[in-house]
Amino acid sequence: MISIKNLSARIESKEILKGFSLEVKPGEIHAIMGPNGTGKSTLASVLAGREEYEVTGGEVTFNGKNLLELSPEDRAREGVFLAFQYPIEIPGVSNVNFLKTAMAEIYKYRGLEPLSAKDFLAYFKEKQAIVEMGNDLTKRSVNEGFSGGEKKRNEIFQMAMLNPKLAILDETDSGLDIDALRIVANGVNKVRNSENAFIVITHYQRLLDYIIPDFVHVMYDGRIVKSGGKELALELEEKGYDWIKQEVAEEA
Amino acid sequence: MSQEIIDEVIASDYKYGWSSDIETETIKKGLTEDTVRLISSKKNEPGWMLEFRLKAFRHWLKMTEPTWPNVQYPKIDFQNIIYYAAPKQKIELENLDQVDPELIKTFEKLGISLEEQKRLSGVRSNIAVDAVIDSVSVKTTFKETLYEKGIIFCSFSEAVQEHPDLIQKYLGTVVPYTDNFYAALNAAVFSDGSFCYIPKGVRCPMELSTYFRINSAGTGQFERTLLIADEGAYVSYLEGCTAPMRDENQLHAAVVELVAHKEGEIKYSTVQNWYPGDKEGKGGIYNFVTKRGICLGERSKISWTQVETGSAITWKYPSVILKGDYSVGEFYSVAVTNNYQQADTGTKMLHIGKNTKSTIVSKGISGGHSNNSYRGLVRIGKKAENSRNFSQCDSLLLGDKCGAHTFPYIEVNNKSSKVEHEATTSKIGEDQIFYCKQRGLDNEKAVALIVNGYCRDVLNQLPMEFAVEAQKLLSISLEGSVG
Ligand SMILES: Nc1ncnc2c1ncn2[C@@H]1O[C@H](COP(=O)(O)OP(=O)(O)O)[C@@H](O)[C@H]1O
Ligand SMILES: [Mg+2]
Repeated sequence: MISIKNLSARIESKEILKGFSLEVKPGEIHAIMGPNGTGKSTLASVLAGREEYEVTGGEVTFNGKNLLELSPEDRAREGVFLAFQYPIEIPGVSNVNFLKTAMAEIYKYRGLEPLSAKDFLAYFKEKQAIVEMGNDLTKRSVNEGFSGGEKKRNEIFQMAMLNPKLAILDETDSGLDIDALRIVANGVNKVRNSENAFIVITHYQRLLDYIIPDFVHVMYDGRIVKSGGKELALELEEKGYDWIKQEVAEEA
Repeated sequence: MSQEIIDEVIASDYKYGWSSDIETETIKKGLTEDTVRLISSKKNEPGWMLEFRLKAFRHWLKMTEPTWPNVQYPKIDFQNIIYYAAPKQKIELENLDQVDPELIKTFEKLGISLEEQKRLSGVRSNIAVDAVIDSVSVKTTFKETLYEKGIIFCSFSEAVQEHPDLIQKYLGTVVPYTDNFYAALNAAVFSDGSFCYIPKGVRCPMELSTYFRINSAGTGQFERTLLIADEGAYVSYLEGCTAPMRDENQLHAAVVELVAHKEGEIKYSTVQNWYPGDKEGKGGIYNFVTKRGICLGERSKISWTQVETGSAITWKYPSVILKGDYSVGEFYSVAVTNNYQQADTGTKMLHIGKNTKSTIVSKGISGGHSNNSYRGLVRIGKKAENSRNFSQCDSLLLGDKCGAHTFPYIEVNNKSSKVEHEATTSKIGEDQIFYCKQRGLDNEKAVALIVNGYCRDVLNQLPMEFAVEAQKLLSISLEGSVG
């Protein structure tokens, strides 16, 4: 699916990603954990193609294509989806209109006919149910006046609608109460299949009780310093990150 | 995000830039008293009409061009303009078949059907249209249907002949020829336009619309529109306009007068898309327009909605005089400027009657090297007790070479009235654009979507058919693609 090799990137001359490598295969869920400011959101932004970040080294192959050469919109159309840590408000643009436009663009890129108004609406309803998004929310402007939790749910709703090949969830669980967390996790589990993959960035092991990861990686200072199975998340929860930092320091 | 991408997006192309090969009769360039007489005689006008023109012309000679708007342009040579151009053939209602096919094609290209009941792109089916090319009205549809209800909807020239009493009663009562330089010029040389009268208690059953098209080179367009809603009458009126791409600047100086009697209501919507000039700022229409309505009677209402995307220079302030007690004035505006376009637009709300209310919502969007100014006056007179105004003026900048300015003038002359003014200026959010891109939209689509959202409060005021058109137009004027 995606192969990230030795990726380095900086912003405003500050090196943030320092040789990040990760291999994700179809059907897999990878969790990335790590202390604040370690570069997790930066990784997500670089993969999504945010121009402010300068890639200084490494390569990223996405389904055989050089991802770094693609424009942000083409990455999206190829099937990369980013659930933003801080979703953006677009006043005056309804969620329906937004997703209709997005889907039309993605379909066009893939050489598909756009859905008819009727089919689109049916599809929209079906996905609404997955994340328990009521009409009261979907009728409103994109994220405008949404609570933190509603915004996160809306990200998952959009993910369900756009049905990406690779979804990167950047702290989608932060700020969610237990019910919202369950809804979000449930959404991911329903979208999940053997052909798509997820990179789930999180601080809390509790999300991983609902979304069972195949791998857990610890990111520190711009790269992965430790990888393991689900039990690694539990260990981090218990012991914090200090022991990891120590290990890194000793190696150096 | 790089400025390059923004530049690319706001580099607009104009899709109505073609010109048609219609047989046209024009008069010589230049403006003297003889020109005024010639126009009047070509139109077979009665003596009182010529008198009106001549008075206006003589007054105009004594006036000087205004320089206070925040726009810049080389001095206009008023002797280098053709003041009258008319397609040789006027379309007869009954036999559209014998009509110059170029003329019909011209309007079909604009998405306007001159054949009643015929649907173009399925929408404009129930709208009566008055089509004006260069100086004259070529066709008015649904005239008979409307006449059955007592509604008069025809070209201005026809009204002068058929309804002289109404014209004499109202012409120049809202915008006198002494009002300003361009209003005087218009009164002297205006060629045609639309006239509409809705009698007492009648709700006009369909949208009325006028499409203006400047076709000939070297001409100026000076049309005049007069709408009257008698007591308890209602009308929704749409105005659209386009022009071919030409290297020269062409002058458009129109006057629109609206009169609403007791409990009468006029909703006037404009989608102004005159040719804006090319990317270097060459060519384009100078749009110097005086639009004003008067709420004469109690509880009358006038509402202006405008979407301004065209013209090299726009200079207009659709205004409302709130004379009747409890009367209501509204102004909803979207003005988009791009490349080297300049717009100085806004409104005047003049509260005279008691308990009068006005609302102003203005959205200015500027890109490229353009300059976009909002200028608004809210004046609440001494006797206009308990009056209210709410103004919201927002500016959106798409780049950093463009300018947005707000000039609000507020005068409140009594203690019981209340005026609220809010203004914001913001830059289009890079975060918003990136968010859209991450969902598969390219830069152009993203900007168009965000801008459309930004203008929603205004676009919502437009009648359905027009709203769709306006949204498309907004996207086009922001896109780099050829339509
Ligand atoms: N626009 C920016 N300009 C300068 N530094 C930034 C910018 N964005 C992020 N950083 C810095 O990059 C580092 C990594 O940030 P981030 O990727 O958000 O970390 P995480 O998501 O792991 O908490 C932090 O030190 C942060 O301050
Ligand atoms: Mg982060």
